[in-house]
Amino acid sequence: MTEQIIEKIEKIEKKHKKKETIRSSVVLKVYRANRRAGESVHYDSIEVPVQRWTTVLDALLYAKAYKDKSIGIRYSCRMASCGSCGMKINGIPRLACYTKVSELEGSTITVEPLANFPHIRDLVTDFSQFFSHHRDMRPYIQNDEADIKDRAKLSEFMQSPEDLDKFLQFSYCIKCGLCYSACPTVATDTKFPGPQALSQAYRYFIDNRDAAGKERENIVDDRHGIWRCHFAGSCSSVCPKGVDPALGIQLLRGHLLGFSKNEKKVADLRERPKRD
Amino acid sequence: MAMLRESQIMKIHYITGIAALFVVAVHILMRLIIPFSLSLEYENVIANYHNIPYVLLLESILVLIAIHGFNGLRIILLELRQSKAWEDGVTILTIVAMMAVVAYGTLTIILANGSRF
Repeated sequence: MTEQIIEKIEKIEKKHKKKETIRSSVVLKVYRANRRAGESVHYDSIEVPVQRWTTVLDALLYAKAYKDKSIGIRYSCRMASCGSCGMKINGIPRLACYTKVSELEGSTITVEPLANFPHIRDLVTDFSQFFSHHRDMRPYIQNDEADIKDRAKLSEFMQSPEDLDKFLQFSYCIKCGLCYSACPTVATDTKFPGPQALSQAYRYFIDNRDAAGKERENIVDDRHGIWRCHFAGSCSSVCPKGVDPALGIQLLRGHLLGFSKNEKKVADLRERPKRD
Repeated sequence: MAMLRESQIMKIHYITGIAALFVVAVHILMRLIIPFSLSLEYENVIANYHNIPYVLLLESILVLIAIHGFNGLRIILLELRQSKAWEDGVTILTIVAMMAVVAYGTLTIILANGSRF
């Protein structure tokens, strides 16, 4: 399964690999708005010099450092690990640090805040609701047998590579919110948990260290739960980490409909060997 | 309010959808036994309503499509607004509408049959 996933990611990368265009400068069309201060929405066009390796985040930070210090932007790691710099670049949700200017068409790059998130200022959006949906899925291993307080009984969960393959790709999620922004159901239904939360529900549901499968089923089996997914698949196409949330949702639906059985054997706890 | 879990409702939704495809296909194929225009003549239509297996087929089409269609409508309406009152209202309204359509359709079938059950 891992090979298949790698092949799939390579295929997606090949498909999305665009001809690089070398330019010396680009015009950033930046969405600007501060509703709290009564500012209306407008776009600022800022010309920035670029190199072949310049990312959209680099260009934005250049603009912020040398052209307009007031641009509101959230970022952190600059290496597609933290998921902070998600924004709509030329209309598509992407990570600014993971998008090279040379890969984009045209000499004008439009940057806008992520859709489906409450707007704060300029390119910054509020992730409270998104994280709340994620938290609702109880994204952690639940196993009453594991007593982490009793250090003497601290034990390990045995898991085979096959068990790992079932959820590995879903654990690559960095919670950047791109899938949530691309989801057409989230756009109309604010109670819908979104692809990120639902795929994380599946990630823990199928993990054989977790013993709370039934509880997770009850959480997602709601009027505004997993059944409201239209299977547009846009969540999977925008994920920068190659996660396929739509697949996780469909697999979890299969379990809820009884087509698939979660016949996992909950991992046994192994007692810590006593030291002499 | 929720008598059925959403997964149970969706299971019914998918089953009625697939079953409706089958019965509608049989219904259309029955039109091809005789020339299409002839099959829609008054005497032939009434004759169909006097044929009990065909009446049962029509009734099953009515029930299956009403359940599938009105649940589809409920799903669309649920996405429009998110409040308990709206959700309960939409659910009750679609169930009542579904029952009314099934009752009206069944009455039509019985009347056309001339109560020969």
